[in-house]
Amino acid sequence: MSLMQRLFNFRGGLHLDYRKDMSTRHPIRVAPVPPQLVLPLSQHAGAPAKPVVKVGERVLRGQTIAQPDGFVSVPIHASSSGTVVAIESRPIPHVSGLAAPCIVIDTDGRDESLPAPEWAPVDDFSALDAKTLRETVRRAGIAGLGGAGFPSFIKLSPGRSVETLIINGAECEPYISCDQQLMAERADEIVGGVQVILQAIGAPHCLIGVEDNKPDAIAALRAAAAQDERIQVRVVLTRYPQGGEKQLIQTLTGREVPSEGLPLDIGLVVHNPGTARAVYRAVRHAEPLTARIVTVTGGVVAQPQNFEARIGTPMQFLIEQAGGYVQPPGRLLMGGPMMGFALPSDALPVIKSTNCILAAAPGELRPDEAAMPCIRCGACQEACPVNLLPQQLYWHARGGEFDKTRALNLFDCIECGCCAQVCPSHIPLVQYYRHAKTEIWAEDREKRKADAARERHEARQARLEREEREKEEARARKKAQLAARKADADSSEAPPAAGATPADGTDDPVAAAIAAAKAKKAAAQTADGSAATDDPVARAIAAAKAKKAASTDNSNATTPADDPVARAIAAAKAKKAAAAAGGPAEAPVVRPRKAPPSDDAVAAAIAAAQARKAAKAAGTEPADAPPADDPVARAIAAAKARKAAAEQAQDAADPVAQAIAAAKAKKAAREATTAPASDDPVAKAIAEAKAKKAAKEATASDNADDPVARAIAAAKARKAAKDAAATPADDDPVARAIAAAKAKKAAREAADKPDGAS
Amino acid sequence: MRLSSPFLPVAASVGSVMRDVLLALLPGIVVYVLLFGPGVLRNIAIAVAACLLFEAIALWLRGRPLRPFLSDGSALVTGVLLALTLPPIAPWWIAVVGSLFAIGLGKQVYGGLGYNPFNPAMVGYVVLLISFPVQMTAWPALQPVWDSAPDAVSAATALDHVRTQLALDRTLTEISGDAAIGWAAGAGWEWIALAWLGGGLYMLWRGTIRWQIPAGMLAGLTLIALPFWAADPDRYASPLFHWLAGATLLGAFFIATDPVSAATTPRGRLLYGALIGVLVYVIRTWGGYPDGVAFAVLLLNICAPTIDRYTQPRVYGHTRRESEP
Repeated sequence: MSLMQRLFNFRGGLHLDYRKDMSTRHPIRVAPVPPQLVLPLSQHAGAPAKPVVKVGERVLRGQTIAQPDGFVSVPIHASSSGTVVAIESRPIPHVSGLAAPCIVIDTDGRDESLPAPEWAPVDDFSALDAKTLRETVRRAGIAGLGGAGFPSFIKLSPGRSVETLIINGAECEPYISCDQQLMAERADEIVGGVQVILQAIGAPHCLIGVEDNKPDAIAALRAAAAQDERIQVRVVLTRYPQGGEKQLIQTLTGREVPSEGLPLDIGLVVHNPGTARAVYRAVRHAEPLTARIVTVTGGVVAQPQNFEARIGTPMQFLIEQAGGYVQPPGRLLMGGPMMGFALPSDALPVIKSTNCILAAAPGELRPDEAAMPCIRCGACQEACPVNLLPQQLYWHARGGEFDKTRALNLFDCIECGCCAQVCPSHIPLVQYYRHAKTEIWAEDREKRKADAARERHEARQARLEREEREKEEARARKKAQLAARKADADSSEAPPAAGATPADGTDDPVAAAIAAAKAKKAAAQTADGSAATDDPVARAIAAAKAKKAASTDNSNATTPADDPVARAIAAAKAKKAAAAAGGPAEAPVVRPRKAPPSDDAVAAAIAAAQARKAAKAAGTEPADAPPADDPVARAIAAAKARKAAAEQAQDAADPVAQAIAAAKAKKAAREATTAPASDDPVAKAIAEAKAKKAAKEATASDNADDPVARAIAAAKARKAAKDAAATPADDDPVARAIAAAKAKKAAREAADKPDGAS
Repeated sequence: MRLSSPFLPVAASVGSVMRDVLLALLPGIVVYVLLFGPGVLRNIAIAVAACLLFEAIALWLRGRPLRPFLSDGSALVTGVLLALTLPPIAPWWIAVVGSLFAIGLGKQVYGGLGYNPFNPAMVGYVVLLISFPVQMTAWPALQPVWDSAPDAVSAATALDHVRTQLALDRTLTEISGDAAIGWAAGAGWEWIALAWLGGGLYMLWRGTIRWQIPAGMLAGLTLIALPFWAADPDRYASPLFHWLAGATLLGAFFIATDPVSAATTPRGRLLYGALIGVLVYVIRTWGGYPDGVAFAVLLLNICAPTIDRYTQPRVYGHTRRESEP
């Protein structure tokens, strides 16, 4: 075999105080099922899963309760048996500290599994083809258990030949020992998983890299892999960040993952041992991912140890299982101290990527402290495992010269924290890099937004010119045909054609009158069938009232918090209705003179009201059910759309302009509600840019030297925006529709007597 | 306030770096006092007090907090380094004026710690050397504490002596027998230089400084001195002489390594050091001043940003070509 026996090394890195033996004194303990499980719909990288259960439904362990939404997504399974008591936003462990939709299950203590698993267990998986294995892994809801939570099945579909599978058992972060104990205690399952993955990706061999401070794990893995000569266990130096994917690859193969590339680009696939074990259990035992190993450790935990905990277990429950706190924690982290993030409280669920809960004593970790100026000592440069110039990156990031940080390869930074860890000036360097990255992403979005705005502007100019031209033509025509129109006025109401067909394509006043009647009828139908009245004002009132009633019904029948599916359906219906009503409203946008203004006004009023409603729906929905990407930004966008709709509906005397505004608002609102990243990047970009701008304005007065303060201020601004979005402006669409329609009618009668006859 | 990762406590601080530097200077200062009397201690006391005073005044004028910046040790180190460049028999106000320029013109006008493009101690030294050449070139003769010889007489330094004697057409072989010259360079000064070397090695071991700048500087000096010396040992001093004479070793480990004003990339530091070494030799051999360390360091301080720009390391996952700016 041509396996490289030599170990290479990565540059830089640190030898840290590992503090792992705190949590390795006991074997892994299976944690009891907690009274309540909270399962966020987004526990993985990619789109959140969509719930397929209802509140009140009884679920069993292993039952799929949320289905993947899109390709980069995985399902969620009930971790134990019980009743779904809520599908609502709950705080989740995430860097942002925001809440996200979760399925909440009150467990019944019986821990009943599905009578038959959702797929068949397979004793001899060597007969299975790659596609089946991947599908099984996907159905099992497996996302990378190392921390990033990338859906594992995707890494089982390499789409090219893979030279080596690497199992990253380095676990270089201090405190964390979940992989270490898993490797020591369940090595056979990990090796089984390796065999499945090798089969799925068609790789000839596998290297398992383990740091030399885990002799038990090394011995167990070697014993388990002894029969399979494709699998080799490699002992690597204990040096942080050895477990960084790029660093371990460099250590084991001497090769580097190309910048902005993937390990796959050099024929490698890297998985975490916990993931390998989950893959094994999914294929061999048909078990979905409903539990994982979690290290509960830190200076204030009475008995630090590793648990096999159900996904969704509240962290405080696990900490109680570890004997509780001996004193109030000074700091609570998820993940390790080098790359983990601070948690606001322990009232958060364990999710698929929760490898460690670290409750540190006051003084155990870095205190909050002021940074000194950089003295350019270069300690950071020596520590950087990717050979960046952290000190220069910091200088430019601090000065807001983000293009220069990009030129200094900011995006190769793996945020391992080595630089900040050795900085004698105690500068939170990584925070500056994260800030710079965010700014650059925002700049890119701004640029896309500006491009889109320019295109929009140009299109609008062209349209206005065309409209003006057509208006002139139509006016001349109308004068000439005035007499004929009067003669035809009686018969114009006769045609019984139904449906909200936009009046278009005709220059004939008779046809226009017919179209007007059609539009009127459509409006009447929208207004709950009360077609009796001829007065457009009354009709607008009726329509608006009906809509309001419908929206009340909707919200009663399907409280947003309770059932996102129903809510989504309702929202879709509302949108569809709005779109239908928007049809006639859009016609005047393009050909303002084709449909007589009298009907324009009604249609516009309806459209405006509906747009407002859609906007309002948009305003409440993202706050309750935000897709993972940027709920706040979307909420802000929705709020802005709402505001724009309200302002334009009230201000515009011109029905055409109003209809345009309404249509635009409706579109914006629709985009804001429905468009996740993949659907409409422009809309999302705009929304996010706006959110960014709002945040920036909110923080403009803050101490520019302090990114921490700035970040906090930004978060506050975001939260405020979110709150604002959650409580929609208390405009009454009915009242507004009445006012608008009245104003329009008056204006029309005063300005255009002949049209009033139709 | 909630920090983001990393969360582990950081051991090093600016103060601990400066303490290490002071500790590393200690052996040299002790040897200095033993061989040339306590004059250097007086200079250190005056310069340190003056530097701290001027630092405090400047911070106060700039509305900056005094405590963190006075206690970080940087002004202290500047004061000590400046004092070590002054003749031990210089009048007291020399140290005061030097401190004023070092802290004021060399550091605080640029924004204080971390922002000075020039080495503050060298700014102070060069201002003094140009303004007060008489006071700045009057050095005491060797007067070890164990030798109860008569009172101090002024003497030329080795570099001065060699320069003037070479101008008188004497050969280096002849000059090396003079009283001013010891076993390798200036009598007594060689030992102080070796003590600086010891302190420098201590800082390398502690990780206080990186190896590139001293190694580069000594290599640059050696590489240019060697061919000349090999070709004409009667007119060009040996690399060993250059190592041990003047401020070479103090400069290599304590002055050129001032991180704030030096290049920061690994290759850049090597180049930065090497160019200082070459310049030191050029100034000593063909320039108008006996020693060139201060001028060489200040000249390379200006070049540091440019050097950094063209010596960026290859980043993981990049080919060498695309890493270049």
